[in-house]
Amino acid sequence: MSELQKRQIQLEVLRYNPETDTAPRYQTYSVPCLEEWVVLDALNYIKDHLDPTLSYRWSCHMAVCGSCGMMVNGEPKLACKAFIHEYKEGQIKVEPMANFPIERDLVTSVEDFITKLASVKPYLIPKEDKPISAGEFKQTPAELKKFKQYTLCINCMLCYAACPQYALVPEFLGPAAISMAHRYNQDSRDGGRDQRQEVVASDEGVWECSFVGACSEVCPKHVDPAGALQQVKVASTIDWYKEHLMPWMKK
Amino acid sequence: MNSKPYVREVSKTTWFLSHPRYKRYMAREVTCIFIFAYTFLLVWGLGALANGPEAFSGFVESLRSPLGVLFSLAVLVVTVYHSLSWFIVTPQAMPIQRGEEFVPGNIIVNAHYGAWAVVSLIILIWGI
Repeated sequence: MSELQKRQIQLEVLRYNPETDTAPRYQTYSVPCLEEWVVLDALNYIKDHLDPTLSYRWSCHMAVCGSCGMMVNGEPKLACKAFIHEYKEGQIKVEPMANFPIERDLVTSVEDFITKLASVKPYLIPKEDKPISAGEFKQTPAELKKFKQYTLCINCMLCYAACPQYALVPEFLGPAAISMAHRYNQDSRDGGRDQRQEVVASDEGVWECSFVGACSEVCPKHVDPAGALQQVKVASTIDWYKEHLMPWMKK
Repeated sequence: MNSKPYVREVSKTTWFLSHPRYKRYMAREVTCIFIFAYTFLLVWGLGALANGPEAFSGFVESLRSPLGVLFSLAVLVVTVYHSLSWFIVTPQAMPIQRGEEFVPGNIIVNAHYGAWAVVSLIILIWGI
């Protein structure tokens, strides 16, 4: 086996200590990286060998938990999926996710997203209650396929870090929350769309979206939030026409 | 939990300069101004038509002026860009599921190009 190759990488990391700093600053670390490393490995090296005070979130190291979202050279990325060898210059700038307040170093405050996600009721609301003895809610493969891609969302919030609309209008419900509402609305077993529409079809809901499409470009799980939001707009527009032009169609 | 998370301000006027994808988006949005201006031109033409044959021929004459031709050409280029930028995202907004599978995006996009060509052809033939 050949000897593993190491490359010295300069990691320029944003630091912010809420107890002592009034504004963030940058600190550069020189890290001997293996070619197959990801940015998260480099951060772990810093934490273990160079500076134990560096704070960042991570857990699974396999793009499943959605914890290690950050800006890598200005691009929203999962640190566990950002391969060092893709950054040829040997210099990598690492910052906390854009559009979120910085708690400390690379750790951001995510309460806003959690509140918004909960507000769209991202769970099955069955059309009618039925006892467990009546058996499961059945679904065909075609019905599953209709929403399956949205189930791949890992709530990493990179779509919020990429969305300029969220940056400019922080009240915007945002890509992942609306996509999750769409995921359940599209589910043949679900009957909760009317409840979700109150939030989703409001001014600060889907209508704040101007289809920049950045959310879908940065999604590490290849979910298409931008597509989901446009479909929600189409469905909400049809609702409006039904209500105003064909009131007798109303349930 | 600390009491003072740091909020990074975003410039309301220059935010789109920070990434190529935002510039691309703004380019698409700016095309609307040209299309808006052209609809005004059409309304102006309609007004001229209502004012009689002389006013209308004056309007047509102004369209034939170098400035008029330049404006029409600019609007044509910008409108083509506008249309293409929207056609390529149609599969996201209007996915079609047949049976279990979704219809490939390029078929939906090409159907739009096809319809665009047919409508353009009809208008051209009708105009001549």
